[in-house]
Amino acid sequence: MDRTGHSTLAEWQADDPAAVEAAVEAFRRELDRGYLAMVTTGPGKAEQVRELPVDADTVILRKPIAGG
Amino acid sequence: MAAVAPPGLAPGVLPETAAVYWRPRVDAARLQRIGRLWTLTTVAHVLPFVLAGAALIWLEPLSAPVALVCLAHAYVIPALYASRGANVMRPARRRDATSERTALGLLGDLVDHAERDLHAQTGVVLERGALGTWLVGESGALLVRSGGRRVDCWCVGVPDPELPSADRIAHLLLALRTDEQGFATVANLAFSGSRRRVRARLRPEMRPALDAASSRARTAGPAPSM
Repeated sequence: MDRTGHSTLAEWQADDPAAVEAAVEAFRRELDRGYLAMVTTGPGKAEQVRELPVDADTVILRKPIAGG
Repeated sequence: MAAVAPPGLAPGVLPETAAVYWRPRVDAARLQRIGRLWTLTTVAHVLPFVLAGAALIWLEPLSAPVALVCLAHAYVIPALYASRGANVMRPARRRDATSERTALGLLGDLVDHAERDLHAQTGVVLERGALGTWLVGESGALLVRSGGRRVDCWCVGVPDPELPSADRIAHLLLALRTDEQGFATVANLAFSGSRRRVRARLRPEMRPALDAASSRARTAGPAPSM
């Protein structure tokens, strides 16, 4: 999620090693920039992940929140 | 899938709680204590003015104008607190329409049909949690606790003013879904008190969302643990 609404950083299929590798690289780059990676694990539930879950439908990268 | 816990945090705990390590984790019991403290503080603010007003009239009826000023203070102080609470839901200035539309698409994917409709109508997202029913806005959230009469107003957001509105809500929603208690720990409590008082000071278009949350909190029974 970013200022454009959201941007697609990578798309991959679990059986495409090159695409997975590119996705992992993009994923780590964003984590290094301070983003947090989230996957939905069911209705109303989400989980933070640090390794790219290659079997996940969507991984969303969000910025940290803070009290206002 | 690898769930992570930053160093020193248990798995499933919101990583942002590390930035407020001195705060006790907010659970239902703590929320109840905080709520009682807010009520007590309000009474402590209001009661002296009410008593002073009554005493003035009793001692000297001609001092009624001064007594009225005291009573006005007794009314205004809780009203200001409630306004502060309602202000956490104030929407920010809209960014460009394209990014707003894009962000709305992602937010729409995170919620179901009824919540999408409610967001389109009110600009906030309703989310049921274990602590109660949440209304998530762009820079804050309201928690309607079981029974639907008390509302806790939380000031919390993403420190990036350039993000589109729906993205800001999606950030908060994902954090809330990750760790509800952690979310409440990170957020700053702006007000805890009567739903009616908060509703009167909410923007009119948001009031149906608070009504829906209150109705859900009254009828839903115990929420699933998150």
